Amino acid sequence: MSAPLLEIDGLTVTFPTSRGPVDVVKGISFSLGRERLGIVGESGSGKSMTGRAILRLIRKPGLVTARTMRFDGIDLLSQSERQMRQLRGARLSMVMQDPKFSLNPVMTIGEQIAEALVTHKYLLRRDLKARVLAMLEAVRINDPERVAKLYPHEVSGGMGQRVMIAMMLIPEPDLLIADEPTSALDVSVQAQVLDIIDDLVTGKGMGLILISHDLNLVGRYCDRILVINSGEIVEECVASKLHEASHPYTRGLLAAMPRMNETREELPVLDRSTWTTGAGT
Amino acid sequence: MIAWLLDDSPTSRLQATLGRSYRVFTALMRNPLAVVGAVIILVLIAMAVFAPWIAPYSPVGQDLANRLMPPSADHLMGTDELGRDIFSRVVYGARITLLIVTMVAVIAAPIGLIVGAVSGYFGGWTDRILMGLTDIFLSMPKLILALAFVAALGPGIENAIIAIAITAWPVYARIARAETITFRDAEFIAAVRLQGASPARVILRHVLPLCASSTIVRVTLDMAGIILTAAGLGFLGLGAQPPLPEWGAMISRGRTFILDQWWVATMPGFAIILVSLGFCFLGDGLRDVLDPKQGDKS
Amino acid sequence: MSTPAIHLDKLTVSYGTTKVVHEASFSVAAGESFALVGESGSGKSTILKAISGLAPDWTGTMSVLGKARGHAPDVAFAETCQMVFQDPYGSLHPRKTVDSCLAEPLAIHGIGGRDARVKDMLAAVGLDQRFRFRYPHQLSGGQRQRVAIARALMLEPKVLLLDEPTSALDVSVQAEILNLLKKLRRENGLTYLMVTHNLPVVSFLCDRLAVMRHGRIVEIAGVDALKSGHLKDTYSRELYAASGGTLQPA
Repeated sequence: MSAPLLEIDGLTVTFPTSRGPVDVVKGISFSLGRERLGIVGESGSGKSMTGRAILRLIRKPGLVTARTMRFDGIDLLSQSERQMRQLRGARLSMVMQDPKFSLNPVMTIGEQIAEALVTHKYLLRRDLKARVLAMLEAVRINDPERVAKLYPHEVSGGMGQRVMIAMMLIPEPDLLIADEPTSALDVSVQAQVLDIIDDLVTGKGMGLILISHDLNLVGRYCDRILVINSGEIVEECVASKLHEASHPYTRGLLAAMPRMNETREELPVLDRSTWTTGAGT
Repeated sequence: MIAWLLDDSPTSRLQATLGRSYRVFTALMRNPLAVVGAVIILVLIAMAVFAPWIAPYSPVGQDLANRLMPPSADHLMGTDELGRDIFSRVVYGARITLLIVTMVAVIAAPIGLIVGAVSGYFGGWTDRILMGLTDIFLSMPKLILALAFVAALGPGIENAIIAIAITAWPVYARIARAETITFRDAEFIAAVRLQGASPARVILRHVLPLCASSTIVRVTLDMAGIILTAAGLGFLGLGAQPPLPEWGAMISRGRTFILDQWWVATMPGFAIILVSLGFCFLGDGLRDVLDPKQGDKS
Repeated sequence: MSTPAIHLDKLTVSYGTTKVVHEASFSVAAGESFALVGESGSGKSTILKAISGLAPDWTGTMSVLGKARGHAPDVAFAETCQMVFQDPYGSLHPRKTVDSCLAEPLAIHGIGGRDARVKDMLAAVGLDQRFRFRYPHQLSGGQRQRVAIARALMLEPKVLLLDEPTSALDVSVQAEILNLLKKLRRENGLTYLMVTHNLPVVSFLCDRLAVMRHGRIVEIAGVDALKSGHLKDTYSRELYAASGGTLQPA
């Protein structure tokens, strides 16, 4: 593999509070090729902030600093807001947790997908329509002609999330950041949506950052996993070796999950005091 | 003391309540406009309470030899057509203004809150009837409606208060209803219902406390309007009756001399503007502070 | 068999003109832990709402501990059956301290000795006494859910309706809450009727389960069938496969 697609070194996200500045992400470093990277952590661990920081979507008064933050040779930190807007969508895309809040309620699905494309590229109307329908088909929507004319509230959660993915992938970005793309969905739909992301990402040779709280899900769909806890990477491992993880936090998370095929009187509980001083439950 | 107030783990009900109030108070003090507003209101209250000691003259004592005197060292704001000291009248007028404002708030806010909460909580026909009633009141101009009531009840300060209260409650009913609807189906309301709480208990103890903060904000912002309506009634001769030093009535009397003796109408006018502004500033500050999400920040 | 804790016969629930639950029938024995499993929109939560009286538009028969259920929440029912809600952020009154939240059911039912009872209950759900006068925004999700469970237990009910009690929580916190629920059931002989979409949670906490789809119960099975993968209905098997897949590391 050549130079990495994304290089992050010492990424820190700070928010001021009444008790002084708080680092939600504490100097994390990683690099990503055209591969699938999973970032796992519990709520408040800073995993979503990491994803947003890469796209420079942290709003003031939040502050992003890093020694290096380079995407395909472009220094993300020195880009102007306008240059960032051109990068976002076209080359860097993000799928959010809940399609209900990310889709514009007064535009049809077809229009929204087309909009995502024309913002970055000039196309004839006929070609545009063909591209939109092809994209809807690629996210396994059976009846793209009909669905393109629907409004977001007329489709189910799973379909909405597939539309989101279509919207994010139609400009053919190099890197897709998916922040809990399936946690608002039913179990059976989850697998479908992730399979689609997986197909498109591997098919087009894109990079993928999958952010999730679900260790097993990330283990199944990624090549590499970063486990993050209170803003720091506590463990980095190859996905297939997840169950051999060594850090007590990762082991604790794995053990705390109930499993279907076993009988346990009690679930082991994380003893947080051993490695953090963070708040208990 | 402050550490005790800000303790994250209060040990008694009192400490928890005081701690919360203290946080609201410090947040309010961080907003300069709110502080200005609060100071104005405090000055108004002090003026009302200590009027006999502040005012150099009697508010009703006539001195026909010194009528229509311009502002001077003897008469800070000049004298009116009967030689009464305008500054003393403005100071005593604070009592009347404060009385009107508090009485209207005390009558109108609870009525509005309860009508709105009942309407929003039960929905259906209750809602339609109560909101229909509210809309009828809302659709009429405030001053005209107040005029009609005063005309029917007879002029005087008590009737002016009742008339203004009658025109003021529908706004609060609307706000309380809108708020109630947003959390009528919330799980914490469902939880108390499942504990066997009667609708009256749910509304009084669980719904109303949540509507209260937005109503307090709204009442504070409305104070200016109430003062102006009261002044309007006074101006038309239907509010406080002479010789009571009501600011609106004072402007009305000064109208005759507005071109030659400007101070007679202007001084009480300033008082109205200043107090209205004070309530507006305070209301804006309160709105920022009493926002339910505020709790997470502090 | 003695009186079942919960008995439903041909329960049909509607919202307006749409029927959300079609002729659901099942029985939960006293002391049993029973799960209603299904995807969103399958009507599983609606059954809990109908039992508790929050979804008044239903036909059929329902009884809890042998007493027929009415169409609204009532005072006597409150003492036998309580509910724990899904969202710990939405189920606690934002302006009330933990203390007043827990004392409220006692006040409604005119029960004395509130101070001692609140203290005991906090201890029972594993919350330190220093949380007693905090507001919900000063608590984490797991702590809030403990308060919600404590509130449901204040009246010492025998039946607890659990509406996805852990789905909004992190895995490690979920484990703590599940352990707590299991402990409370063992200590107080409670009957649980739990709604969830998470089959592993069912396997941990429940004795039997009913799988629901489009408002109908498609299968009722023992938890052994779930553990060994011997569910019969095709949809149940699909659900099982989807959850099993997420569970076994690739």
